[in-house]
Amino acid sequence: MAKPRNALRGPLDYGKSPLLIGFGIVVFVLLYAPIIQLIAFSFNDSKRNIVWQGFTTKYYRVAWENAALVEAFTNSIAIAIMCTIFATIIGTATALWLWRFRFPFKAAAEGVMALPIVIPEICMGIAVLVMYSRVGGWMRTFESGPIHWWNELFSIWPLNLAAITAAHIAFSFPFVAVVVRARLAGFNRELEEASKDLGASEWQTFVNVVLPYMKPGIIAGALLAFTLSLDDFVITFFTAGPETNTFPVKVYSLVRRGVSPDINAASTVLIVITLVATVIAMRLQQQPDKSKG
Amino acid sequence: MQPIISIQNVTKRYPGVIAVDNVSFDIMPNEFFALLGPSGCGKTTLLRMIAGLETGGEGGILLDGQNMAGVPANQRPVNMVFQSYAVFPHMTVRDNVAYGLKVTGTPSAEIGPRVEDALEMVQMGAMADRKPDQLSGGQRQRVALARALVKRPKVLLLDEPLSALDAKLREHMQLELARLQQAIGITFIIVTHDQDEALSMADRIAVMEKGQVRQIAGPEELYEKPKSRFVADFIGKINLIEAEVSGAAKTGLTCTAKGLGKVTVPHDGAASGKVFLAVRPEKLDLLAKAPTSKTNISVKGEIRDFAYYGDVSNVFVTCADGLELAVNVQNDRAVDGLLEKGRTVWLSWHPEDTLVLTQ
Repeated sequence: MAKPRNALRGPLDYGKSPLLIGFGIVVFVLLYAPIIQLIAFSFNDSKRNIVWQGFTTKYYRVAWENAALVEAFTNSIAIAIMCTIFATIIGTATALWLWRFRFPFKAAAEGVMALPIVIPEICMGIAVLVMYSRVGGWMRTFESGPIHWWNELFSIWPLNLAAITAAHIAFSFPFVAVVVRARLAGFNRELEEASKDLGASEWQTFVNVVLPYMKPGIIAGALLAFTLSLDDFVITFFTAGPETNTFPVKVYSLVRRGVSPDINAASTVLIVITLVATVIAMRLQQQPDKSKG
Repeated sequence: MQPIISIQNVTKRYPGVIAVDNVSFDIMPNEFFALLGPSGCGKTTLLRMIAGLETGGEGGILLDGQNMAGVPANQRPVNMVFQSYAVFPHMTVRDNVAYGLKVTGTPSAEIGPRVEDALEMVQMGAMADRKPDQLSGGQRQRVALARALVKRPKVLLLDEPLSALDAKLREHMQLELARLQQAIGITFIIVTHDQDEALSMADRIAVMEKGQVRQIAGPEELYEKPKSRFVADFIGKINLIEAEVSGAAKTGLTCTAKGLGKVTVPHDGAASGKVFLAVRPEKLDLLAKAPTSKTNISVKGEIRDFAYYGDVSNVFVTCADGLELAVNVQNDRAVDGLLEKGRTVWLSWHPEDTLVLTQ
């Protein structure tokens, strides 16, 4: 049906309001302009990278040849992967525990679990630093003792990143737990009972019925943990040693000497990796998941 | 004959409530048995106890002679159709039906044909590869049925299976469930709050209230000879008339009833003091003139209101002493021109149709 040109807008027809459209454009520009500019200037043929000089991809090679930058980058990826695996397992288990069982002070436990989400990162960074220096001092007294092999083991890559990884797991697993817990809240308990009624054991029920239901939550939580770990600066800054730099910390130290295009290039690669991970995760989630059977 | 299920002094307490209160009864093989009652009467709890989904009760549940105490749900030879159907959303129809066989290690050569048979039985063979979100409510219920029946249970438990369906489909499924039960010849236990459902499908019905079984009987006996006011009122509609027993006659009890005066009604047992006379609305005749019959109980009244349903009408008549009686009449020529607010009419019924309820 053809509409008259100046048809009156319906009460919920916000999409036609010029003011709202303009507002939307402003929001998008403010959100994405810096990122687009970052990506664009990674192709800028200029050392100081302030004015556009011409297109080049050479700074990707420069970044690639910067051993310290590449090392920090691989460290970041390794930490993010390890953190994702452990945070997802611990977070999922926590969510299941909070969902499945009744115990005293459950509400308190739920609150305490979510605490790392609200604690200022700077506080958490300092807390972790203080704890590590205490543990480190304690470890050093055993330097020549029976756990000497332990220190040696943890100087091998990627185990030398264990301190940072542990800190990352600590602040990212509550996010996984919260997401999975929210997903489980919509679970129809009769599905679990139906499975047992049909002869399945507790474990078979978990694997065949509960786990598939949780899957979208687990994937979303894992993605959250991955990106949180990948770009964390504050906590990492306090826990990174001279040998164990991560990408954000390295970039911070480089930027103090001016933003060169190779940093833009490396950042672009990081953005692409995050985007690809997000797309994969969303694809995995795109399966029918009606909560009611 | 040995009962397939024997409920013996079963009690289930929750903090502050007794959900099932010392219930005992037997269910025979091949019976279509209904647990009927208002919500919160303990019928679902009892069903879940039979399934093993509710633990921690007292008393014994014997299944085919075997005590089920301590036997977990996944090892009981019963299967359940859940109220929400609980069809696994991430599996196809076929995988849903095969699930119960797979997890118990049935040889895969046997699973295929059994699943196909079960799907055929509920006429879902053509939809075997669909996911539950592509099915209607009625189809999902068929999947839940097939999934339970493929396990060849000794008893099939159905928890309010029709409550989520619309009226037309519900009627259709009532017939179909009854047909299915006769075809496969296993015991069905159905939990329902809908008296029509219980009356039309079940061989025997246990009416429950507040955790206790009030009466167990076949549909007709339950309707015609309810033993208590609760059962009489819960199953269908009934007129309850307060009365006082004044003496026993050869033909029954003589009582003085509100609005009726002295009446004599047949009664088997003894009764004294306050009782209720109960009569179903369809047993009453609505007449324009005083009836000539001397044997019938009759009373004069005035039409207060009526509801017209096409084939029948429900007429509410106010009699002397503020007695209110409901009458169901067929809308045939006999009532032509009779249905009119404020009109004086006569009600008449046979004393045999009157029940004396003492509790």
